[in-house]
Amino acid sequence: MDRVILHSDLNNFYASVECLYNPELRGKPVAVGGDVEARHGIILAKNYHAKKYGVITGEAIWQARRKCRDLVVVPPDFKRYIKFSQMARDIYADYTDQIESFGLDECWLDVTGSTHLFGDGVKVADEIRRRIKFEMGITASVGVSFNKIFAKLGSDIKKPDATTEITQDNFKAVVWKLPVQELLYVGRATHKKLGRYGIKTIGDLANTELKYLEYWLGKWGYMLWTFANGYDTSPVSNIGAKSLIKSIGNSTTTPRDLMNNEDVKITIYVLSESVAERLRSHGFVCSTVQIYVRDNKLYSFERQGKLKIPTSNSGAIAKKAMELFIESYDWAKPVRSIGVRACNLALAGDTQMSFLPEHIKEDKQDNLERAIDDIRRRFGHFAVQRGMMLNDSRLSNLNPKDDHVIFPVSYF
Amino acid sequence: MARKVYVNVSAKFNKDGRIIPESFEWEDERIFEIDRITDIRRAASLKVGGAGLRYTCFVCGKQTYLFLEDNRWFIEAK
Repeated sequence: MDRVILHSDLNNFYASVECLYNPELRGKPVAVGGDVEARHGIILAKNYHAKKYGVITGEAIWQARRKCRDLVVVPPDFKRYIKFSQMARDIYADYTDQIESFGLDECWLDVTGSTHLFGDGVKVADEIRRRIKFEMGITASVGVSFNKIFAKLGSDIKKPDATTEITQDNFKAVVWKLPVQELLYVGRATHKKLGRYGIKTIGDLANTELKYLEYWLGKWGYMLWTFANGYDTSPVSNIGAKSLIKSIGNSTTTPRDLMNNEDVKITIYVLSESVAERLRSHGFVCSTVQIYVRDNKLYSFERQGKLKIPTSNSGAIAKKAMELFIESYDWAKPVRSIGVRACNLALAGDTQMSFLPEHIKEDKQDNLERAIDDIRRRFGHFAVQRGMMLNDSRLSNLNPKDDHVIFPVSYF
Repeated sequence: MARKVYVNVSAKFNKDGRIIPESFEWEDERIFEIDRITDIRRAASLKVGGAGLRYTCFVCGKQTYLFLEDNRWFIEAK
């Protein structure tokens, strides 16, 4: 039997919530933008009126203003967005326990097991849309299909406040004519590559010989081919599995461009402290450290390396991150954004005990950092700091743990 | 345009965990008794902007909505 999978997408989520709370904004072009002073001045979300002017997510606020002079830009209120995201999840939870979030505004739901209670997928989707509109005052688009990939495509086809069903019978007519970059995981690079071979639509991709795709794209070729043909079988993860954190990371766009290793060091230590604190609060240690670097021309890359001893210490994480940075960056351009991520997580209790001096040192360091967590919890984040932070208070005046930003986690 | 008016509320916290408002204090400090509650459900207020638990109340013979959003009560005022 086919599964019944829904993908619910809250339309223009941040902007819709802002318009709900500020009724005078409705009917005007509205965008939610970051803090210009702190150089986070990009468009995070916009409503349909702003979309008409060609305002796009991710562009600078001044660029958007040039397209639309009357654009109202409001600051984001992440606490409220998280609350609304949770309200939506509470609604979904009335229909299934298999709910998988993809960012704050998107969720997959597997309602296969509850169709005999609530009716078929479209009926559940319509009911969810009705409730979101009534109880939350915003709208959602829902895709209904037999796999996650098509459900997600479905939620994109008709917006706002609409249900789109993609079935075994109609997917060739509906999905295959869509441009190939609509497919999850066909990004800029893959799109370009496929374009060179004349693959323009999802149908083209589905009908390409698998061996060619594998030759061009490696194992991703197989993955995308199964997506395009509707063979994706990946499950919607259970609600209880949401604590399965795969990695913990923080990144930031710095208040000024970073010019040298010293600048980078300050930022990396700030980020590493936040990552380490979060690791400890979840009871994890990590054995891989990953960095993300973006220069002032917005070119970015990632590098990762393994640690000798699994750790949750900011010192060890920062040292590794710094090492990775120094060996991979040539300083041809100043750095604009930087990120540190801890991967390969294990529960802290599961690590190998040892009498080796480096392990004992590690334990000591661990106790020290826990004491600092405690001080910060009681007296605030800036109550105790590393000496190097005083070298440039503009760069170190950042508390990534508390003012964090939310990204969708990977599909896999 | 409608205004979002936060009000002081006296409410009863029932044993079963439900919160039932009994009276509220209007902007001019007058206190209004709630005669009857006919409906309680989650709802958004598109008129003044907000979302929470909506109580359909009868006050002096008139129907009015009282919203509980997080820990604050508000009324859609004319």
